[in-house]
Parts: sequence; C-alpha cells; structure tokens
Amino acid sequence: MDGIYLDNNATTMVDPEVVSEMLPYFTEQYGNPSSIHQFGNKVGHAIKKARGQIQDLLGAEYDSEIMFTSCGSESDSTAILSAIKAYPKRKEIITTVVEHPAVLELCKHLEKEGYTVHFLDVDSKGRLDLDVYQSLLSPSVAVVSVMWANNETGNLFPVEQMAEMAREANVLFHTDAVQVVGKLPIDLKNSKIDMLSLSGHKLHAPKGIGVLYLKRGTRFRPLLRGGHQEHGRRAGTENAASIVGLGVACELAKKHMAYENSEVKALRDRLQESILDAVPNCFVTGDPENRLPNTLNIAFEYIEGEAILMLLNKDGIAASSGSACMSGSLEPSHVMRAMDIPFTAAHGTVRFSLSRYNTPEDIDKVIEAVPPIMAKLRKLSPYWGDNGPVENPGEAFAPTYA
Amino acid sequence: MWDYSDTVKEHFFNPRNAGEVAAANATGDVGSISCGDALRLQLKVNPDTEVIEDSGFQTFGCGSAIASSSALTEIIKGKTLDEALKVSNQDIADYLEGLPPEKMHCSVMGREALQAAIADYRGEVWSDDHEEGELICKCFAIDAVMIEDTIRANDLSSVEDVTNYTKAGGGCSSCHEGIEEILTKVLAEQGIEFDADSAPKPRIQPLSEPTPETPPEAPSGLSSFQRIKKIEEVIAKVRPVLQADHGDIELIDVQDNKVMVHLVGACAGCQMAGMTLGGIQQQLMEELGEFLHLIPVQKKPVSAAKGA
Repeated sequence: MDGIYLDNNATTMVDPEVVSEMLPYFTEQYGNPSSIHQFGNKVGHAIKKARGQIQDLLGAEYDSEIMFTSCGSESDSTAILSAIKAYPKRKEIITTVVEHPAVLELCKHLEKEGYTVHFLDVDSKGRLDLDVYQSLLSPSVAVVSVMWANNETGNLFPVEQMAEMAREANVLFHTDAVQVVGKLPIDLKNSKIDMLSLSGHKLHAPKGIGVLYLKRGTRFRPLLRGGHQEHGRRAGTENAASIVGLGVACELAKKHMAYENSEVKALRDRLQESILDAVPNCFVTGDPENRLPNTLNIAFEYIEGEAILMLLNKDGIAASSGSACMSGSLEPSHVMRAMDIPFTAAHGTVRFSLSRYNTPEDIDKVIEAVPPIMAKLRKLSPYWGDNGPVENPGEAFAPTYA
Repeated sequence: MWDYSDTVKEHFFNPRNAGEVAAANATGDVGSISCGDALRLQLKVNPDTEVIEDSGFQTFGCGSAIASSSALTEIIKGKTLDEALKVSNQDIADYLEGLPPEKMHCSVMGREALQAAIADYRGEVWSDDHEEGELICKCFAIDAVMIEDTIRANDLSSVEDVTNYTKAGGGCSSCHEGIEEILTKVLAEQGIEFDADSAPKPRIQPLSEPTPETPPEAPSGLSSFQRIKKIEEVIAKVRPVLQADHGDIELIDVQDNKVMVHLVGACAGCQMAGMTLGGIQQQLMEELGEFLHLIPVQKKPVSAAKGA
C-alpha cells in the first residue's frame, strides 16, 4: 500500500513471514489442539514452539509462565482482578495517572467499588517520584500496576526498580509492557516483575492475541474459568494461528532488536531534529532522554491535532494525536494534561511512531511535508500573527467559553 | 477518523474566507469548553443597510470546527444582521451535509460566534448560558449536563425515565451504565439511593422500533377521534414556539399511548430536542389526563443520522 505509516504505537503491519507461518493453521491444521486426531495433533506442538519463542524474547525462566489471552487489555484486567481476588483483604492499588485506559479505567471502576487507588503523579517531563511510590507501599496494597513505556510519549518508567521495591514490601507488581516488548531487551528471570502484559499487534503479529506473563509462584485467580487451557488459568479454545504468528513475530523482533535501537532510532532522531529546526513553536513532550527508540511526540502550539492529521493524511502520512477531538471527549490526552502541557499545545500534539519497515525516504518525505502543514493551519489560527504567535496570545485572543 | 462528509472535507482542505477581514466592524470570539476549540469571526457590516458585506474567520480547532467556520462565513455573506441571526447550527450542519453527533458542538460554536459578533456590532455584551458536558448518548447526542438537569427538574429515578424525557439511552442502549452513574450521583445529592434492582424488566423499547398496532383504548374517556384531535390541538399550540427556533413538529401517528411525531428543521439532531419533547409530552399528559409517550420518528432516513 502507498503511504507512510508512522502510527506503529497504535498497531503494526503483520510481518509477511508471520502471515505465511499462520496460514496452515486456518486450512490444514485447524483441529482443536486438545484433539488427538491428525487435524489437530500438530497444533499442540506449534503452540509449544510459540510459547518457547515468546519465553525467549521475554527472558522468562519457564515457558509455563506464558499465558495466552486475547489482547493487552485482557491481560491487564486479568492481572489486576486476579491480584485483588487473591488478596481479598488488601483494599489498595497503586498505579499512575498516565496509564493506558485498559488499566486507568479499570482502576477508576474499582475505586467506585470501594478500593483506594493511588494514582502516582508525573512531573512536567512525565517522570514519577519514587519516594512517593515508596511511601505508599504497604501490606494494604493488593497490586501495583505501572506501564513500562508510555504509548503517547514513549517514556520509560523504571519498572524493574519499582518491582524490586514492591517485592521488598511483599506487594504484587504488574506492568503493561505492550509498547516495550519487541523494542527493548527484557530479562524477566532476573527481575522481580510478577506479571507483564503484552499485545501481539504492537510487534507485527496479528490483532486479537496477547500474553500475560505470570512469574511462577505468583498467586493467581482466573478471569475466565471453564477449560483446561493454559493450565486452567484462561479457559477458551486456543487462538492457534495467532499464537503461532505471535511466536514468529517474537523471534523476528529478537532478530531485529539491534536494528530497532540503531537504525530506527536514527530515523526517529533525524525526524525530530528536522522538524524542530523547520517549524517554530513546537517541542518534544515528555522525557526525550529516556524513551522508546521508535517514538516521537511533538506538540505544535496554537493548532489542533485532528486538523494536522487530516492534512498529513492527505499527503499519505499516518500519525496520531492527543487532541480531544480525536476521541470526542472533553479533554485533550490525559498524558499531556498530567504533564501540565498548556491547552493550546496539548491539542496540537502529534505522535510519530516508527517501525523497522520505515525507510530513510519515508522520513525525508515527512520532513518535507510537515512545515507547510503547520504554516497552513497557523494561518487560520487566531493565536497566530503574520510571522509568529501574536503578542500575549492569551490576552489578544480570549474567547468567551460556552 | 471521523466519518466526515465530502463537503466537510472540502471546506476543511479549502477553507473560504480564512483570515482577518480588512475594515471589520464586528468581532465575535467564542470557544467551546467541550473540546477546547475557539473561533474568531469578523464581519464587515454596511452601517446603512446592516448587510454583511464581508466575513472572515480564524479558528483554533479540529477539521469540523474549521469547516463549520468556513461554511458559516459563506452562509451569512450578503445577509442582513437580522437574517443572519436566523441561521441555526443545524443550518450550518446541513450546509456541510451533516456532522457526526460528537461534532455538532462545532456548528453550535459557529452560531455563537455569529451572535457574539452581532452583539459586538450593536454595542451589546453577549453572554451564553448554554453549558455542555460529556456526551453520554451518542445516538441522540445528549450530554451529561442535560441528563443531570432533567433528572433534577423532573425527579427522575430510572434509566427509562431519563429516556422518556431526553431520548438518551433510547437507541443502541450502550450508554445505560453511564446514565445509571449519573442517576446514582444526582439521587445521592438528594439523599436517595439509586435502586438498580427495581429497574423495570423488560427494559426500554428501542425508540426506533414502534410496537405493532393494537386497537386504541381511550383511558381518558375520549373517543379515539376526540383523543387524536386533542393531541393535534396540543401540538398545534407548541408549533409557533418551535418555528421561532427554526424547527417544527408534525404528528405522524398515535398507537396506544405512543404519540409518534416527526421533528424537522433545527429540532432534528439538536441537543435540545430531548428537552423539547419532554415538555410537549408533559403538556399532552396534562391535557389528556393519561400517560403518553412522545416518540420522535423519522419519516425518511436523513443524512444527519450518518455516523450515529
């Protein structure tokens, strides 16, 4: 397909090698892996192989620590709901204000059901205060759930250290790592992370397959009961083809890990430098020193994200935005608000997220396309004058809000 | 991405009348709290004829905000101020061949900018009491503020009540959890606990599916002819009010206690439609002395329903 896809934190293309490995499991080996006949007898082996490939990418000690689910959100819900059922007397949860809705909305819901949820704040660069975190760890906490990398900014949280701190306090630690798996090396056997969520479609496997890593010995209560699959921890006939696909995708991710952290990162850095040089009044959000190699989030002041995306799309460029208008919600991205990014900039945040399929030519085209788009929209903006923002934008244009 | 009409996209990609107006003598600056968008509308008004000779806009906002601004400036050029004031947000949406329900407030912002600019020209101060909240029911574009206000004003206690008064929840019904949360909150203010268990079963009849016909009973002691005539009278009485807001209402059918009406013009798709219907239903019940459901129906599919 024509076009330049820079929305890989939303979802990725399924690698063609992944697709071809999956195909026999739709039309030939379509039997239930629980069956003993010829239509299903290879499926069990294929699933075992995939489990091993995922174990290898995660650096997990045992392949039985890999539990298949339908998606990252299911893994997150399973982890948190399991923890509170396994520790029914503990009525507190620790998480952060910048989590993905899969964790954030669940925690807000649990708050209504009587749980005390501590939402850790972030500073203007999106960083946590670990002293505050330390002070909240107590025997009343059922689980800590902190994302490894933020989907919008790409910022990394020190989850390995936070897991150690949780273990010291005898509290379960879960991390939503859907943005990290496949992009950065992970070594779970040498960490104190008890549970970790990953999602296939973020690393060139299909949508509809996820994993919850469950460190051996972690107390667990299933979300779905009624089957022996996944050692009785997640009932439901295995999504065999997608599991096979995820296994292949993990193997490929491991193979391309160095490329991701050198070539892809270099493309991202060049895109960042070129845009910051060419476009006035824009800045990188979050903590640029400490983020995923593929992610660039820029706030363009005085213009709005959806309008930017529509013009980018017209030029064949796919990206995403934290503008309120994208979701029909009242507020711009909760992540940008948590970092205290002003309204007039938060609405204009654009996330470019790359993958190993992007080429230097792609990036050249984006670098060429971006400055005129911003200039065009700023010409329409009441905050913008002939050559820059109007003087005292807040006073020169102070609309009556209704 | 939103399901924007080709006209919306065209006005976004090639906005008309963008920028400041030379020799403008009226300016309206408004913003929509519900998405942070803001718009400056400028007019050049002929002082003798009050005709809008030129108009221009500057918008900080999304695609549909820019398209709505562009459409508005096109619509009002050449109109007198009084004519321009009759332009409703629905006119702007119609001009653009419809807006997604979540984006109707962009057209509302356009109309408010126009009112503000004309007030500015006339030396008046424009203020707005129109408050928007989180969009709860996406099928009928009803927001949280309207649901809360309606619950308080009418002492409502169930999702079914809320649907009857505002239409919210009468479509796909996926917002019922959200409505129950609002009920819980508002009732708690009055010291009442929302009772989910007493919710009637079976739940609300979907508004789009009228029940099969049965011979009409007349609990009010009127013959069916008298009863329908009475209903027609009440509706005739409210029509001038709606027409003043560039809308209208038409009686389509009466089945049992269901009064089917068709809302047209500015009423269709308007966030106030639910409130209006609640009021008319109340009047009907008072006049006829029986419980009646006032149900808006579509005579034919309209483009405004796109994307719902």
